[in-house]
Amino acid sequence: MSKEYMAIFNLDEDESDIKALTAKRTIASIPIGSRFRVIDFMLSNVVNAGVTNVGIFTETNSRSLVDHVGDGKAWDLNRKNDGLFLFTHRLLDIANFESKMLQNNMEYLFRSRSEFVILTSSYFVCNLDVREVMKSHEASGADVTVVYTHTDRADRDFINCFTLEVDTEHMNVTGVGKNIGFIPKADICMEFFILKKSLLISLIQENARNRRYNDFYELVFGKLNALNFNAFKFDGYVACINSKSSYFKANMDMLSMDVSNELFRSQRPVYTKIKDEPPTIYVDGCEVSNSLVADGNIIRGKVKNSIIGRFVVVEEGAVVENSIILQNVRISAGAHLYGAIIDKNVVISENAEYKGDEYFPTVVEKRNMYLP
Amino acid sequence: MAKKNMIALILAGGQGSRLSPMTKVMAKPAVHFGGKYRIIDFALSNCSNSGIDTVGILTQFKPQALNAHIGIGTPWDLDRVHGGVAMLPPYMSEQGGDWYKGTANAVFQNLSFCDQYDPEYLLILSGDHIYKMDYREMLKQHVANDAAATIAVINVPLEEASRFGIMNTDGNGHILEFEEKPAHPKSTLASMGIYIFTYKKLKEYLIKDAEDPDSSYDFGKNIIPAMLANNETMVAHEFKGYWKDVGTIQSFWEANMDLLSTDNEVKLFDTSWKLFTQVKIRPSQYIGTNAVISDSIITEGCIVDGEVRHSILFPGCRVDKNARIVDSIIMEDCVIEGNVIVNKAIILEGSVVKASNVIGNGEKIAVIEAGTVLEPNFSGKI
Repeated sequence: MSKEYMAIFNLDEDESDIKALTAKRTIASIPIGSRFRVIDFMLSNVVNAGVTNVGIFTETNSRSLVDHVGDGKAWDLNRKNDGLFLFTHRLLDIANFESKMLQNNMEYLFRSRSEFVILTSSYFVCNLDVREVMKSHEASGADVTVVYTHTDRADRDFINCFTLEVDTEHMNVTGVGKNIGFIPKADICMEFFILKKSLLISLIQENARNRRYNDFYELVFGKLNALNFNAFKFDGYVACINSKSSYFKANMDMLSMDVSNELFRSQRPVYTKIKDEPPTIYVDGCEVSNSLVADGNIIRGKVKNSIIGRFVVVEEGAVVENSIILQNVRISAGAHLYGAIIDKNVVISENAEYKGDEYFPTVVEKRNMYLP
Repeated sequence: MAKKNMIALILAGGQGSRLSPMTKVMAKPAVHFGGKYRIIDFALSNCSNSGIDTVGILTQFKPQALNAHIGIGTPWDLDRVHGGVAMLPPYMSEQGGDWYKGTANAVFQNLSFCDQYDPEYLLILSGDHIYKMDYREMLKQHVANDAAATIAVINVPLEEASRFGIMNTDGNGHILEFEEKPAHPKSTLASMGIYIFTYKKLKEYLIKDAEDPDSSYDFGKNIIPAMLANNETMVAHEFKGYWKDVGTIQSFWEANMDLLSTDNEVKLFDTSWKLFTQVKIRPSQYIGTNAVISDSIITEGCIVDGEVRHSILFPGCRVDKNARIVDSIIMEDCVIEGNVIVNKAIILEGSVVKASNVIGNGEKIAVIEAGTVLEPNFSGKI
């Protein structure tokens, strides 16, 4: 079944509310959950359904993404036939989708032998059984299948995501809107679509001629009346990483055993790049509670309700509370962090204080390795 | 095929019977070590970090775990177009076949493997030592002395010297005499079982040794003494650093415990000389609200809500609330339930210790075999 499917990741994601973390990277490659990156979840979902042909379309700022996915080996995508394809220009910026770009991308679509295309973004963190979505799509006979989730917290979560109007009797999509955070109950579009490759090609070609739409989502939802849309409801844990606060919350959610068991300990593991770090050492006198800690760390201080990435040193007398520490960070003696996000390669100096909260976490931005 | 300056052979056929029951299902080099490694990772990572891209691994005893671990050598960057890693078990030929009868015989049987690369030098390593070493330094000394053989040695305390093969040298590091486990050692330079040979020379000696029906076909007993008797240039390369042969349960436990300080001599945290291993992807370790941890090494996939002191947890272990682990090594995917005390024990992979058990008495090291399930209140003497 899965040979019939290819997956295309569209990384043209709205970064306006998460700029502090995307100055030097895409949303897809933001570290999350102490040892993963945002894209690991959806990429693993697709791979766990047996998909072996994955194209990732990204615009700019892709150094860290390219470094992370590499040849796709961690996801078993270093295949002789198919495998991982990286395109460092947008597939779905249809307004500029002309001549060479069109040709290049179409070549990829034409050459792939799959009948169906999965089109997805990277920033929905969940453990989705993609095989179930495939089954639903094939059984429905619909032109397009869209995955959505229901939430009672739309006034706080999934801000700026598409909302769907779903006819739950026929599981049809009847309308589409945007979540601006006014109404708590909403059906959120998870930006995960299945459609026939031939349909995608004809939609793109049609749009290249009349240039009505500017991106893929407009293009597809523009056909809401003309095509038959099947809605697939996902009931598991899901977070959309499109803002600082949603990023902060998703990390903290992973401290719950229920969420972490669902995401990480199912039959469908989450894969990520291997870094060859040694195990973590907990030195005499350290105090750690309710925290997710990666390997390669030296913990001498106090860590509470926090997410600690790889190669982090927490010195004696330092306190890390309700915070997210990314890779290769040193928290010097006496420093106190609360509600902070410390990006990669940062040294927090002695007795420094950074305080924020879950809605406005204080971010210390990524430092370049070459700076003093 | 492209000529190689130096290739390595790792002797990994040993049974390691003194490490039983750890070696019940796997050869000694495959035994787990240090939280996420296997013993052979040290020799393999040393090769990789020393720029050696062709490594043969001589296996004989229960090689399945080793084969699965090493695969095509990707973690050590040994999946190469020219060279790379090769598993070399004994084999049949037109003349029949033999098990490896000794260390020298194992290499003799694989001369054709070495010949493919036409190497100038052959590095012979043991697959069951814990150390970090740059073999390039040793090769430099070998080449500078135009030696036939260079043997890595380490200074050991005089009272322990009679447990080792001891090298007696002149002032310039030239080996004058080699004594296997001498009752009255004349020096404290112990052989580490690491040799660099000028390949052509070694080949002559191995062929001659193979023709001798009375030989033990052993480097220490036969090849080295024969070379010395012929006045070949033999050099001792003194290694200063941490080196341990984890031959017994006691030394295995000690070597693991040696890792429990941040300035441990193996330098696990030295990123310029990383230790590589085959990694199964797991989530980060979760430390619960009731956890108390000190002086311990914990790794991926663990869920710890109990007390862990001066111990090592391998990937995927669960330590429940009110469990207490002291001076112990808990291997992959073990479960230690609440109200369990583990005091100076090695619990092998996949074991489950259900609630209200006491394991170990803090004196003699208790060993729980792989896959053991201890029912609640078992409290038998382990």
